[in-house]
Amino acid sequence: MRVNLSSHFRSYTASKPQVEARGTTVGEVMADLDRRFPGLRFRVIDEQDHVRRHVKVFVNLASIEDLATPVTEADELTVLGALSGG
Amino acid sequence: MASTKRSPAGKSTKAAKPAGGAKGPITLFVGTRKGLWTLKSNAARRTWALAGPTMLGQIVHHTAVDPRDRKTVLMASRTGHLGPTIFRSIDRGRTWKEATKPPAYPKVPEGEKGWVVDHTFWLTPGHASEPGVWWAGTSPQGLFRSADGGDTWTPVSGFNDHPLKDTWTGGLKDLTPDGGKMHSILVDPRDKNHMYIGMSGGGFFESLDYGADWKPLNKGCLAFPPDTEAEYGHDPHHVALHPAMPDRLYQQNHNGIYKMDRPAGRWTRIGTSMPKKVGDIGFPIVLHPRDPETVWVLPMDGTSVWPRTSPDGKPAAFVTRDGGARWKRLDGGLPAKQAWWTVKRQAMAGDAHDPVGLYFGTTSGEVWASRNEGEKWTHIARHLPHIYTVTAASF
Repeated sequence: MRVNLSSHFRSYTASKPQVEARGTTVGEVMADLDRRFPGLRFRVIDEQDHVRRHVKVFVNLASIEDLATPVTEADELTVLGALSGG
Repeated sequence: MASTKRSPAGKSTKAAKPAGGAKGPITLFVGTRKGLWTLKSNAARRTWALAGPTMLGQIVHHTAVDPRDRKTVLMASRTGHLGPTIFRSIDRGRTWKEATKPPAYPKVPEGEKGWVVDHTFWLTPGHASEPGVWWAGTSPQGLFRSADGGDTWTPVSGFNDHPLKDTWTGGLKDLTPDGGKMHSILVDPRDKNHMYIGMSGGGFFESLDYGADWKPLNKGCLAFPPDTEAEYGHDPHHVALHPAMPDRLYQQNHNGIYKMDRPAGRWTRIGTSMPKKVGDIGFPIVLHPRDPETVWVLPMDGTSVWPRTSPDGKPAAFVTRDGGARWKRLDGGLPAKQAWWTVKRQAMAGDAHDPVGLYFGTTSGEVWASRNEGEKWTHIARHLPHIYTVTAASF
């Protein structure tokens, strides 16, 4: 499935804003992303398997918090660093 | 206690006095809220070249240079949004690579609430006998160890799972606005099993068994509410152990400047001899590399609502050369007024030259240096982001 990543993560993906990953749940897709781009998952998901506070994960247009959320090849995952900051 | 320790052969295990007076250029690693910069001096420490940024946009909480190989540098970092990590350099800061497994707490069973590392706050190289070993302190307060030069990290259960940890630290609720911090991880140069840690919420603690167990070491320090006999709950800002006299400890606490000589287990306040208008509140404390009686501090205003700025807008370092009996103001070259600086606990450093060079960075993005132990200060960088940490290295 297609994964869109905000610029925060592009140091992991050689600047590619879109990559491909596989899985039947959001958690599996994140694990696959971590295999392809080591270290990326921990910047998004903490050690208790929660999406980090200032990161948003979308399946298509729906914001999700549960890594068990099912996904299919036709879905699109988007991972964004929040717009807050300073 | 450590001070009476002797080796099996009966020889004193007092640490060897460091050789006097390093020479050559100094490299400063300046970690900020928006990345890392370096300042490199010429051999005389008179001119400085600024380079950077590295990791633009990343918050750099701390950097540390490995004195054992003098090539490895670790950087504790995160961005404002993303999770924390450690970057490692094995070429004196020229290139950096992310740690494979940064500090992280174990995952707890479903339904339980587990701790999460918000950021690594402090890095300490391990004992000289353990090349590659490093220690990290996190926010919220946790202790982690690496055995491979900072590439992978494991939790230190002796502290993180200690039955009294939540009692000491107040659990996940802490008085520090951006989370409780573990800092001032100190390793006795005579004995790798002998360690200390400081915590912004909790106090100062000692281990005699390589971190397997810990005991508070706070008596004599004012706590919250003011009580010199409290076991824990204190707010040490920065504690340092003297390399040539490891039984001598100095502490810049939220409530004053203190000293302890082991095996005594009680702190003595030495900041009361500071000028009353200045006080003895501050964040950093820097020890002379060879003389255990000489210490520098950078006071801040801890009155009223705790502005944490230079007292009366007049920044100055202070030095004692007699273990705190007397203090001397050092403001040569610093602004005489309207300079409302904050210098964080890791943002002041000294080198090992003779005379000692001193360096500090402000949250307003300025770096100042002295070639003569603080007698005269020179502005060596400005327009940087909010500075969190300044580390001095001789390569």
